[in-house]
Amino acid sequence: MSDFAVVGSILAAMFAAATPLLFAALGELVVEKSGVLNLGVEGMMLVGAVCGFAVTVQTGSATAGFVVAALAGAATGSLFAVLTLFLLANQVATGLALTLFGVGLSALIGQGFVGIPLEGLPKLNIPGLSDLPVVGQALFGQDVMVYLAIAAVPLVHLFLYRSRAGLVLRAVGENHTAAHALGYKVLRIRFLAVMFGGAMAGLGGAFLSMDYTPMWAENMTSGRGWIALALVVFATWKPVRVMLGAWLFGGVTILQLHVQGMGIDVPSQLLSMLPYLATVLVLVMISRDVARIRLNAPACLGKLFHPDA
Amino acid sequence: MSLLRLEPRGQASKTMVYATPLLAVALTLLSGFILFLAMGFDPLKALHAFFIAPITTQRGIGELIVKATPLVLCAVGLAIGFRANVWNIGAEGQLTMGAITGGGLALAFYGDGGWWLLPLMVIGGAIGGAAWAAVPAWLRLRFNASEILTSLMLNYVALLLLNYLVHGPFRDPDGFAFPESRLFESDAVMPILWAGTRVHLGGLFALLAVAGGWLLIARTFVGFQIKVIGLTPAAAGYAGFDQKRIVWLALLLSGALAGIAGMGEVAGPIGQITPSISPGYGYTAIIVAFLGRLHPVGILLAALLMALSFIGGEAAQIAMGLPKAITGVFQGMLLFFLLASDVLIRYRIRFGARRVVA
Repeated sequence: MSDFAVVGSILAAMFAAATPLLFAALGELVVEKSGVLNLGVEGMMLVGAVCGFAVTVQTGSATAGFVVAALAGAATGSLFAVLTLFLLANQVATGLALTLFGVGLSALIGQGFVGIPLEGLPKLNIPGLSDLPVVGQALFGQDVMVYLAIAAVPLVHLFLYRSRAGLVLRAVGENHTAAHALGYKVLRIRFLAVMFGGAMAGLGGAFLSMDYTPMWAENMTSGRGWIALALVVFATWKPVRVMLGAWLFGGVTILQLHVQGMGIDVPSQLLSMLPYLATVLVLVMISRDVARIRLNAPACLGKLFHPDA
Repeated sequence: MSLLRLEPRGQASKTMVYATPLLAVALTLLSGFILFLAMGFDPLKALHAFFIAPITTQRGIGELIVKATPLVLCAVGLAIGFRANVWNIGAEGQLTMGAITGGGLALAFYGDGGWWLLPLMVIGGAIGGAAWAAVPAWLRLRFNASEILTSLMLNYVALLLLNYLVHGPFRDPDGFAFPESRLFESDAVMPILWAGTRVHLGGLFALLAVAGGWLLIARTFVGFQIKVIGLTPAAAGYAGFDQKRIVWLALLLSGALAGIAGMGEVAGPIGQITPSISPGYGYTAIIVAFLGRLHPVGILLAALLMALSFIGGEAAQIAMGLPKAITGVFQGMLLFFLLASDVLIRYRIRFGARRVVA
């Protein structure tokens, strides 16, 4: 392969590897903008991954798989919403519970589906454009979910910063008491945001199990839900920066595969540590600027709200 | 208005603090009943196979204690942190590092051990776990990075490190390339406390951790500071409590305890270093800490219950072919129900519309 072709295939793999992170992190971004911290992303991703996979195997329809994955993610998210919004449970503890529950539930649902291969989604090869050198395959030869994830970035941005509903959602996240006093339904808005976050996490998980590595394995998200949470902080709660962060992590994931391909002798386990170490690193780099975090984080993030109190 | 609403209690209900864990267990069993029914198993038989049959023998009770040991050790440390709003969820990684450092000492002195080796391994395991927990502590205090995310990321790193070591430096030279270390020599193995079972010295450490944890929380000034920082950080600031010191203390202590737990696993029931030391003790310990109300004695009881969910899962798999993954579902459900019913501590449920007070 020529150098150009190598760069092209690395870029293409990077966009694909970034897709599950992009879905999950964009969803969590909206959740956090409404003032809720849901640490259960990993659990919702796993439930979405297994449900999407199971439905696709049963029906043969990938579309049905992704729809069910989104619904399953939203349903799991709504468990979290009921507990934290209506029963006033601690958000950190409930998020952890959601992840532990999601790991168990997905393993239970998926036990009959281990080892079944799926075909994955077809690549949308756009005639002419996808044959371009270097960027052809990366930009024009991906499958539809990769484009959907990227398309979601401007949509989320427009919703948050250019629509009335987005303004209300941000208001709820910044000051729920004031939003409540103005007559906005704080709990209902947050509930919808959490469901949206769950649906996006479900799609991210399903992308993994149905497309990226088309098979089901227990715990197959291997920490991507947590990396997505870190990405939201890294992006200082801005959609476009979430996308850049996801690409960065996609790149790190791909890098470890290619280092071995280049014949550099590093044990594979040590290379697999890279995404996790990179997460810690970027988190440290961004968090050290306390003023910046305080300026950008939704002011009511993680705080409980009870309308009567 | 709505038919059902929450009315704040004047003060937290003491009764409910103790009643909600029981309520959560009852709700989990009820859901288990429905779940088994839906999966086509005889629910009563399945619940019996899961929760009762495993502890009807001496060996079974021994296994219960063996599994509860690492849970108690991890959860006591976590609970102290949770009380001070220090969210260490890296117990799994700290346990793994304790197994690596403690077990590594057993391998390093293979062939020339002595009575001193086991104490050295305990210290080594504690230091390994504490060092691993020191990373999120330092990153939080120096760089303001969330210890939730950093401690969790380090779990994956520790597991990969373990995996690398058993495939490389730690691998048994006579083991036909199996990713396992040598079997530890007798000097490096935890003594059995109860003949006929696998209950080992680690069980005693767990009891000591319960006693020590209770002393720290209930009888020391540091314990008081932890409580104040957790409930009202601002008040702790005005009182001049050193919050950094508490963060260090909570993480180092829980790391050391988790490290001892990991060392106890490889030097106890496993007897060598393998790629899978823990079935998720470090994560289950989070549930144990909450179910035990962040109190060492409560943790002891909660750990026994969660240990039962581990051995029950295995037993039910053998006896009835139930999928082992049910253990995780039960554990997750239990924590959900607990968090949900905890609303009753500070609120009471009222039916009917609100009375308007003139």
